[in-house]
Amino acid sequence: MSSPVEALVNREYKYGFVTDIEQETAPIGLSEETVRFISARKREPEWLLEWRLKAYRRWLEMTHEPHWANIHHEPIDYQAISYFAAPRTQKPLGSLDDVDPKLLETYAKLGIPLSEQKLLAGVAVDAIFDSVSVGTTFKATLAKSGVFFCSFGEAVQEHPDLVQRYLGSVVPASDNYFAALNAAVFSDGSFVYIPKGVRCPMELSTYFRINAANTGQFERTLIIADEGSYVSYLEGCTAPKRDENQLHAAVVELVALDNATIKYSTVQNWYAGDENGVGGIYNFVTKRGKAMRGAKISWTQVETGSAITWKYPSVILQGDDSVGEFYSVAVVNGWQQADTGTKMIHLGRNTKSTVVSKGISAGRGQNSYRGQVKILPKASGARNYTQCDSMLIGNRCGAHTFPYIDVQNSSSKVEHEASTSKIGEDQIFFCKQRGMNTENAISVIVNGFCKEVFRELPMEFAVEAQKLLGVSLEGSVG
Amino acid sequence: MTSLAADVVTSRAGSRTLRGFAELATAVADAAGDPAWLADLRRAAVARFADVGLPGSKDEEWRFTPLQGLAALQFNAPGPAMPVAIVDLAPFLLGMPGWPLLVVVDGYVDRRLSRIGTLPPGATFGSLADAIAIGHPLVERHLGHHAPVDASAFTAVNAALVRDGAFVHVGAGVALQEPLHVLYVATDGAAGSIVAPRMLTVLDRGAQATVIETFVHLGHARGTPRPQLTDICAEIVLGESARLEHTRLQRESLATYHVGFTAVDQARASHYRSFALALGGRLSRHNLHARLGGANIETLLYGLYVARGEQLVDSHTAIFHDHPDCRSWEVYKGVLAERARGVFNGKVIVRPEAQRTDAKQTNRNLLLGDEARIDTKPQLEIFADDVKCTHGATVGKLDDQQRYYMRSRGIAGRAVEVLLITAFVAEVVAEITQPQVREALEALVYAEMNALIA
Repeated sequence: MSSPVEALVNREYKYGFVTDIEQETAPIGLSEETVRFISARKREPEWLLEWRLKAYRRWLEMTHEPHWANIHHEPIDYQAISYFAAPRTQKPLGSLDDVDPKLLETYAKLGIPLSEQKLLAGVAVDAIFDSVSVGTTFKATLAKSGVFFCSFGEAVQEHPDLVQRYLGSVVPASDNYFAALNAAVFSDGSFVYIPKGVRCPMELSTYFRINAANTGQFERTLIIADEGSYVSYLEGCTAPKRDENQLHAAVVELVALDNATIKYSTVQNWYAGDENGVGGIYNFVTKRGKAMRGAKISWTQVETGSAITWKYPSVILQGDDSVGEFYSVAVVNGWQQADTGTKMIHLGRNTKSTVVSKGISAGRGQNSYRGQVKILPKASGARNYTQCDSMLIGNRCGAHTFPYIDVQNSSSKVEHEASTSKIGEDQIFFCKQRGMNTENAISVIVNGFCKEVFRELPMEFAVEAQKLLGVSLEGSVG
Repeated sequence: MTSLAADVVTSRAGSRTLRGFAELATAVADAAGDPAWLADLRRAAVARFADVGLPGSKDEEWRFTPLQGLAALQFNAPGPAMPVAIVDLAPFLLGMPGWPLLVVVDGYVDRRLSRIGTLPPGATFGSLADAIAIGHPLVERHLGHHAPVDASAFTAVNAALVRDGAFVHVGAGVALQEPLHVLYVATDGAAGSIVAPRMLTVLDRGAQATVIETFVHLGHARGTPRPQLTDICAEIVLGESARLEHTRLQRESLATYHVGFTAVDQARASHYRSFALALGGRLSRHNLHARLGGANIETLLYGLYVARGEQLVDSHTAIFHDHPDCRSWEVYKGVLAERARGVFNGKVIVRPEAQRTDAKQTNRNLLLGDEARIDTKPQLEIFADDVKCTHGATVGKLDDQQRYYMRSRGIAGRAVEVLLITAFVAEVVAEITQPQVREALEALVYAEMNALIA
């Protein structure tokens, strides 16, 4: 459409740099020894090692990745990956002052200042660099409210009872191929516990960064919101540009006890591969929450990165009157593939779920919405509303919807709507007529298309997400 | 030829085969008289079924429609067809008495019961076996090409067992005023066996016709009839600018497994309008696939499924938009009472070349029983950008406010529900354009809704 837009096609992925830092990595390959190495390296108790080994044996039995998703990739060689990579530290970290300045610089470059004094917004951050957490901010402030926010590794040492009770309670180790792999080799991640009746005083945030080559990132996040509590949690991710595909197989478990609320927001911007589809992250993630009586779990995701995304943040509506929400914007450009959506499993009475999914396909991207709404016989009075809209930019991309609706009682009501259309030429014309250039016009239209999702994001993230969307779609109209 | 049976028994499909199919297929193949192309088709069909067997629950296309009940049955050669009198057929006839009627009893055309009358020059309506026997070139050209043996396990079973059925050909520019009615009757003779008739309908350039297919059961045996499998395949070929209105009424017995596959191939600027009603069968499944093979095609699919008791009713539709400037419109509605299960899967696939496609799909379900269940999967796969595609699915019960409104107007009791459900289904029945057929079906559906509420 316009040459300035075309000129931006090959604009570099902003976060594609590599931090040159001394790393300690596990030998390449996967065996029981690897699992034992990781567990020993993290000084884990015996039960956790046993849990990992059980998961590893289960994974061996599974023999292959799930093939049902609408994604295509070369087989993954699980023996060519290093399952543990950590920046080498001389001594245990006492405070952020002990963190390698190179790491702090990395996060500053990514726009995530870890130094507490620089933080204006009051967001507590846990930064994960390859396999380990390199620093958690605002720990003291949070501790005053009784909130535990730390790396998973620390939680295993400091709150073993909570970890043992809830680990695997929502996503069992045998749940699926990638969840089993994660359970065997997970290295670190974030842990959150909000005590009864507490409203977490600030937004919690984790920033994931893959840096090392030939590694996979297998983090595990566990959030427990005790009765009547509230927490809002944000997650961001980037990785350097590399020619090989790197695997990211994370697990996130949310437990919302009676009347608790968990709001989980993700802005995923892993490296998506180059203009020929070489390289990029395989983002194969299992995310699931369990909502007890009157509890609410809300997932919001903006997925702009990764070569392949395979991800279905889900809610098990176990308690009566519980609420599940899923708001998603998924953008594919270049050669990206995304198969993403949600599962809402209604078990309790009068449970409600809302699904709003916006898919944008450009370039040669393939975008699939795959969702399930399942209402079991005892979930009387259940209600679901689903809306999934797709926008296509160019005729080499694809938009697909695979919604499964399974209703097993007559007092429930389910509505599903979906539409697919192209970005409106008349809309672009209207904007241009008022003095906008094509790029801004597209940005305005796309942001309008996504606004139902963006308004669910916390303020700082919403601004970030809008910018990110602009960058992802650059050069898609030509 | 007997070696075919051995192939089936030792097939990879193992226990997922249809018990008795091998013997039936061998008997058909041995009966001879097949032209070479048909013998080849049967061989391919038997090999194909031996390879795939009955679909299991891991098969995405059959995920919600379990076939264990069917796999457990033993099928034998059919017994002699029970005598059928013209008067027995009266309840199933539609419209005017003079309309052309082809009666297919237990898979074979019954010449005594059929009455074709006089058709305009250029139109053929008759037995498929006759068309094969005289070597009609259209049969060889089309049979098995639109619903090939690898389209589904059941298209293979049909191709292996088919002996007769209906053949419709309307020449270029010929417009038939009267609907052609194919009445498939299953009698007690078919109990415990597989009935596999086939229909081939070819409309040449600019031809116009209305075709009705009805599936019924006439039984005199006492007690519950023995289960039977009806495996029907219909291939419909529409030439440039041809217009076909197709009505399909499935009213089989509650002991019947009914599996139907309708493949429609449309050429440029043709128009296909379908109304599919599913009322009967213990388990019924209908695949309706329309391939839009040119520009400016219009495809309209309307459907209604009603089930109660332990019935399972499954509708799978697929619309392939391969060319630009086509329009498809689909509305399927379901009413599920008691412990009935409904399955709906609607695919709309838009290829990159199919720019300016306008596709709309709607599936709405009414659950009347607390144990009734619906699995619906409206599916869009879109590879072109300049399109307008939407789908919608709803599941719910009768609206309390609407009930209240009716009661406040003095309508009470059962009548409220009958009226509301009838209104719900009326939208699709109203889409039948042939007035006499529409009126007959409105009456039939109203009676069914009354029975459902009683």
